[in-house]
Amino acid sequence: MPEETPTQSLLQRYAEHAGHDAVDQLRQLAGLLNGLRVVHVNSTRQGGGVAEILEWMVPLMRELGLDASWEVIEGTEDFFATTKSFHNALQGKSLRIPDRLLQVYEEVNANNAERLRPLLEEADIVFIHDPQPAPLLNLCPGRRGKWIWRCHIDLSHPFRPVWRHLRRFVTPYDASIFSLDAFVQPLPHPVFLIPPSIDPLSEKNIPLPEEEVRGVLQEFNIDPDRPTIVQISRFDRFKDPIGVIQAYLLAQQFFPSLQLVLAGGTAADDPEGAVVLEEVREAAQGNPNIHVLSSGHYSDRTINALQTGADIVLQKSTREGFGLTVTEAMWKGKPVIGGNTGGIRLQLINHTTGFLVDTPEGAAMRIRYLLFDRPRMAQMGHNARELARQSFLITRHLREYLTLMVAQIHGSEDRIELG
Amino acid sequence: MVEFAIKDCAIAGIATGRRAQTLREIRDMLRDIHPGCIYHHFWGTLLRPHFSSREYNNDFAAWCHDALHDNIAAERLAVVDPADYADIEELRQELLEVIDMRLDETDVVLFSRSDQQFHFVRGAIVVFDTTRRLADPSELPRVLPELSVGSIFYHFIDARGRDPIGMDDLRSWLMGFGSTYEAVIDDLAEVDPYFESLFVLRDRLTDLFTRHLGNGAI
Repeated sequence: MPEETPTQSLLQRYAEHAGHDAVDQLRQLAGLLNGLRVVHVNSTRQGGGVAEILEWMVPLMRELGLDASWEVIEGTEDFFATTKSFHNALQGKSLRIPDRLLQVYEEVNANNAERLRPLLEEADIVFIHDPQPAPLLNLCPGRRGKWIWRCHIDLSHPFRPVWRHLRRFVTPYDASIFSLDAFVQPLPHPVFLIPPSIDPLSEKNIPLPEEEVRGVLQEFNIDPDRPTIVQISRFDRFKDPIGVIQAYLLAQQFFPSLQLVLAGGTAADDPEGAVVLEEVREAAQGNPNIHVLSSGHYSDRTINALQTGADIVLQKSTREGFGLTVTEAMWKGKPVIGGNTGGIRLQLINHTTGFLVDTPEGAAMRIRYLLFDRPRMAQMGHNARELARQSFLITRHLREYLTLMVAQIHGSEDRIELG
Repeated sequence: MVEFAIKDCAIAGIATGRRAQTLREIRDMLRDIHPGCIYHHFWGTLLRPHFSSREYNNDFAAWCHDALHDNIAAERLAVVDPADYADIEELRQELLEVIDMRLDETDVVLFSRSDQQFHFVRGAIVVFDTTRRLADPSELPRVLPELSVGSIFYHFIDARGRDPIGMDDLRSWLMGFGSTYEAVIDDLAEVDPYFESLFVLRDRLTDLFTRHLGNGAI
């Protein structure tokens, strides 16, 4: 969570990045919700994208005058194993979950409901994040507020039996939120679309001193004075790291000094990751200008330095969720060459903030073009940063949450005129 | 003289779950799609990020170009100006006409990729009063840069859908001062809001008012 200085509120600090007009607008919108009791519920206080969002969202809601709080459900090992299976199945993996574990899922939620019921039933708005706490709604029959299910998962191709099981818990909600329209499953209530965002005050996105950036590059034997392209992502086939190497090798014929950095990890629960990493190492073998950084966890600050030190950032995925690494690169003023898929298409304005590509050859051509036309590369980087500032910072994210809350409190009309 | 009440707005997109992969499917869905979707894909799209190189002024045209690669349909849909129609139903009929004409003249059925389908989205728009009031147009050069892009959208773009003759709020207000601001009104009429971001539009309007009215110091 960003540290608050005694003299400057969080909102003031965000205003320096997002603009005072954006923060003024948040204050105006929040004024319509003053004192509203808002509770967020998820399954972990630390780690993972949801906790990262709530770490900034709850304090900002409080500063805006909402009575916001964040509750975490407590579970057993079996419970989390079950919800992990839920997660994988909802993203398309064919997984049968035994009835015994489905029962554990419901029992753990029932136990948490005993503890949380007074708070949740009194709240004006309750946000339930992801499938883990979804059954809580049915366990709070005296609820008086609006309940919203926030789905952070791509539900576009779920394993149907598991989705059918979960759907009965989320159907009674007043609304739900998905990150992209392509991720949505039909539900009998309004389904809001709120893309994710990045935090400009986080370690991953704050501006770093040039010396620190150079130091990190040198630590990995990357020459800070030579052109560098970077892809930050897990070693996963859908991120197409082999395609990135192919693109690099094609471009390197024209720019022999070019360096490639592929940095990421493999998820502990993804056995294929190790196989992909091995293939990447093999493809990179013998080329001293290809740096495969895969040894465990890199700090957010290290990732920041690698992105900042790059001339061009690639995200050549063949399938992608939202692709926050694209947003992070744009925020650092880098043109992005991205796969023509998923949320990358939403973020990347072709020929303006970077290029959308479908093949390694396409990526190679765009790398060559940008390295050839440096002023154009700088202009695209500038455009990318401006686009990230306007549309993908947490102030926009929060504005959409506030808008949704106003819409829920004041009825279901398409147009709500207040004041 | 009547004060100008500055309002602001914010939109949250709502998925309908309906999606199309061909022009014919779009046409069939347009017949009964929620009117809020048509509003959203014409007007609401302007609240989304884009730069001055924006090629098409509505999502239907952009999708025909980007996903179907049907430039004839894209170009014809792009010239549909929503402000020309009295209401969304008239606009809906015009869209159906344009698409039917295109379907009549070609036997080729173009499909989008499955991950590039047209998703019908509608918007929940919340309009709220900033409580800020302008007594005189000379305040505009100073005030405009401080407004949110939501305010710019509401007064300069959304207003065209609310006003029976498609007039934005700024011109409507200035006309109340008789012939005093005729030159400004004429210049404002030539500002096409469809091709640039709201941030650039805000700068353009600020420049325009500064040119006519000075820096607004009072």
